[in-house]
Amino acid sequence: MKVGVVTFPGSNCDYDSYAAVKHIQKEQAEFLWHKSTDLAGADLVILPGGFSYGDYLRAGAIARFSPIMDEVIKFANSGGMVIGICNGFQVLTECGLLPGALMRNRHLRFSCKQVYLRTERSDTRFSNQCTVGEVLKMPVAHGEGNYFFQDENIRELEDNGQVLFRYCDRDGQVTDEANPNGSINNIAGIINREGNVLGMMPHPERAVEPVLGSVDGLKILDSVRAACTQPAGAAGR
Amino acid sequence: MGKNKKAVVYVSLKDGVLDPQGVTIHKALRQMGYDDFVSVRSGRFFELEIDADGADIDRKIDEVCSRLLANPVIEKYKVEKVK
Repeated sequence: MKVGVVTFPGSNCDYDSYAAVKHIQKEQAEFLWHKSTDLAGADLVILPGGFSYGDYLRAGAIARFSPIMDEVIKFANSGGMVIGICNGFQVLTECGLLPGALMRNRHLRFSCKQVYLRTERSDTRFSNQCTVGEVLKMPVAHGEGNYFFQDENIRELEDNGQVLFRYCDRDGQVTDEANPNGSINNIAGIINREGNVLGMMPHPERAVEPVLGSVDGLKILDSVRAACTQPAGAAGR
Repeated sequence: MGKNKKAVVYVSLKDGVLDPQGVTIHKALRQMGYDDFVSVRSGRFFELEIDADGADIDRKIDEVCSRLLANPVIEKYKVEKVK
């Protein structure tokens, strides 16, 4: 598996993503500069967390017009796998690869803590190493992670099975107390209809070693690896 | 110089979209004793200076608003041309 990690000015989880792939998974990883127009043959592109362009205007709004994003959009539209983590999720909604928008946290505070996620599907390229209902632990660190979409659109998103992760408590119960930002329906991560683009506010790349408090993030990266190496269809649509 | 046109763009959250900043400001007003203020909606504005000789300016302003200055999923905008 070859993973391209995009670096925007202000990205700060690009090295975490790189290290998770290169040093923990022992797979190939390469940084992709935001001005580049070449994805270097990546099987998976990661848009990392951080504060691209200082979060000026809206989080992700300016990064979305970086030269590399034209290539990422083409790549995604032709079926390439893309994960947007935190700020990367914000970039994906801004550029329209994923629906909805990420707004200021309900309580206006920066939310920085370990959270639990309930896995809603195990038949996707990002969750084939998980079971349905499995609870994953990983950190969030954001001020604008409040997922919003109009009611009728949310219904469609739910009906399509595009909600992959929901904030829950340790036992997998989806409660308001477990929701760190006010996201509608406790949404923490969604996929596009085709199932090749994932956006999530929590940080799987920061949950890859016991010393970090959890290794659950690896399940997502390992799912992508399985999807890369197994015949089409065998590891999720 | 001096011949440029100006436009002011106001961007705010659509009606019905929760505005946590507005709510917090409103709470502060209540705490300060200003009970007459029923609600607060926050937003931001941009002053655009535009080459007066440019063609198709109205369309371009609209395009800039919907592509960059506002996120049409959650925000609305209003354009005011100064001169």
